[in-house]
Amino acid sequence: MIKLENVKKVYPDGTEAVKGITFEINEGELCVLLGPSGCGKTTTMKMINRLIPITEGHIYIDGTDNREMDENELRREMGYAIQEIGLFPHMTVRENIATVPTLKNWSDDEKEERARNLLNLMGMDPDEFIDKYPTELSGGQRQRVGVARSLGADPPIMLMDEPFGAIDPITRDRLQDEFLKIQNEIQKTIVFVTHDINEAIKMGDKVALLKEGELIQYSQPAELLAAPKNRFVRDFVGSDRTLKSLRLMKVDEAMKESPRVVKEDQDLESVGQIMREEGVNYLIVVENGNKLKGWINREDVEEAGQGRVADAMVRDTEAAETGTSLANALTVMLERDVANLPVVDGDNNLKGLLTFNDLQSLIGETYTESGGKHPEVSK
Amino acid sequence: MEVWQYINSHWVTIGSWTMDHLWLILVSNSFAVFIGVSLGIFISGKGREEVADTVLYLAGIMMTIPSLALFGLLMPLLSALNLPSLGFLPAVIALILYGQLPILRNTYTAIREVDPAMIEAGRGMGMTSRQILLKIKLPLAVPVIMAGLRNAVVINIGIATIAVFIGARGLGVPIFRGLRTSRTDMIITGAVFVSVLALLVDGLLALAERKFTPEGLKK
Repeated sequence: MIKLENVKKVYPDGTEAVKGITFEINEGELCVLLGPSGCGKTTTMKMINRLIPITEGHIYIDGTDNREMDENELRREMGYAIQEIGLFPHMTVRENIATVPTLKNWSDDEKEERARNLLNLMGMDPDEFIDKYPTELSGGQRQRVGVARSLGADPPIMLMDEPFGAIDPITRDRLQDEFLKIQNEIQKTIVFVTHDINEAIKMGDKVALLKEGELIQYSQPAELLAAPKNRFVRDFVGSDRTLKSLRLMKVDEAMKESPRVVKEDQDLESVGQIMREEGVNYLIVVENGNKLKGWINREDVEEAGQGRVADAMVRDTEAAETGTSLANALTVMLERDVANLPVVDGDNNLKGLLTFNDLQSLIGETYTESGGKHPEVSK
Repeated sequence: MEVWQYINSHWVTIGSWTMDHLWLILVSNSFAVFIGVSLGIFISGKGREEVADTVLYLAGIMMTIPSLALFGLLMPLLSALNLPSLGFLPAVIALILYGQLPILRNTYTAIREVDPAMIEAGRGMGMTSRQILLKIKLPLAVPVIMAGLRNAVVINIGIATIAVFIGARGLGVPIFRGLRTSRTDMIITGAVFVSVLALLVDGLLALAERKFTPEGLKK
């Protein structure tokens, strides 16, 4: 656990970069320090491993004041990744990843094993990459090796300063996803600096929003979006915060569970009757227990009149996997012009049905929670 | 033709002049590298920018002093210190001084220009200043320092011929004897050997530079 207590940074010229902030980062949590440039987020992060000396206040690492520790020992217990990566070009990927283990005098075998494990974790084939030099890697691969290096000696805490800042948006998105998956496994306590609200919402368990050296709001991303504390926060998260919150929510939260289904060999007459009774124009077709096969709509049923479901159904169907964000599901619905989206698990078993109406009412709720349907318009 | 004859009949002597010349270069440049690299590292340290400017300025001035004048200046200085003012010692001292600028400047520049992101990463991972110097800055600076050394050696192979004026032995001997006695064959022999020597040593150092350049920095 990291605890900041009234931490201040005043530079010799009188500039107050950090004006006495207090908050706690729980073990295993990813805490994003967010804010516009000059807000003190990087300074705050660097005071945790004492790259920047603290002027006033205390930072406790698991209860110990970080100024009571040897600064190099302290840093070796914290992974450190920066936007510029700073891989050492004269060292191989192996040597780069083993930087901290080398400082800690691990044996060669231990270092080799660790480097291989970390490359695997990063989705890079150790046999292919371990002997390469940084110049032989692509931007995304360098970024991965940089993260692997910061995990080198398996530190309980990681400090990351815009670690995905210098790469193209597509690769960045992928690296973020990969890193979240990794974090799910390794459960480090992470301090993650960014100025990108979308990254903060996506990555953070908690977000600390800073402005001119002060902590403005410290809360979970969903709360930051739904209940911004003041105008600065509202402006910073942007007018599209409702849409942003869709990125945080999963289809699982919005879908109807166990929707009405029909089977391929059912006859159309009975299906038509179900549709009339239920007042629906759309039914999902499943087979082999609960495997998604396709869907069938009322017009086709009525046009065909007789026969089996198999003759009138649409087999090629869009579906969202569980865990997909509502934003992605909505994109699919808009692109494919469908109002219903079946939700399946990894094995194509039907889990539920997401409808456009459900989505709409959910968006409405988010607005209401944040104080009325018409948020104040700021000039 | 005459040159060929001269070489043919004096190759033992020419060989020993060449060896003397090489020895002079080897001794003086060994010291020059040691002093230049150490001083270069020292002045590249944080907060020493003004010291660095002064040192580099002085080393620059040193290069502008004509070699003959420098030899002349060293003589009274050394005799005041009760050291031999003629021969090998003043020659070595002069050559060390001439070798400073390229080695010093290259060391300084190379270390100062190491990407700050790497130093930041090193510090952030808990490297001491010493580890950052030895594991990051110096290995990255090696190619540039080697280039400075090559520069110094080639300059010094030329200047060492003039050291014959203060009694040092080397390939300057046939050149100046030739000048005094109007023996073109001796002058040409000396000049050709100096040039060939410079090219050979430079070539050897180029190989060494390649060998010492860290693998990841080679294109």
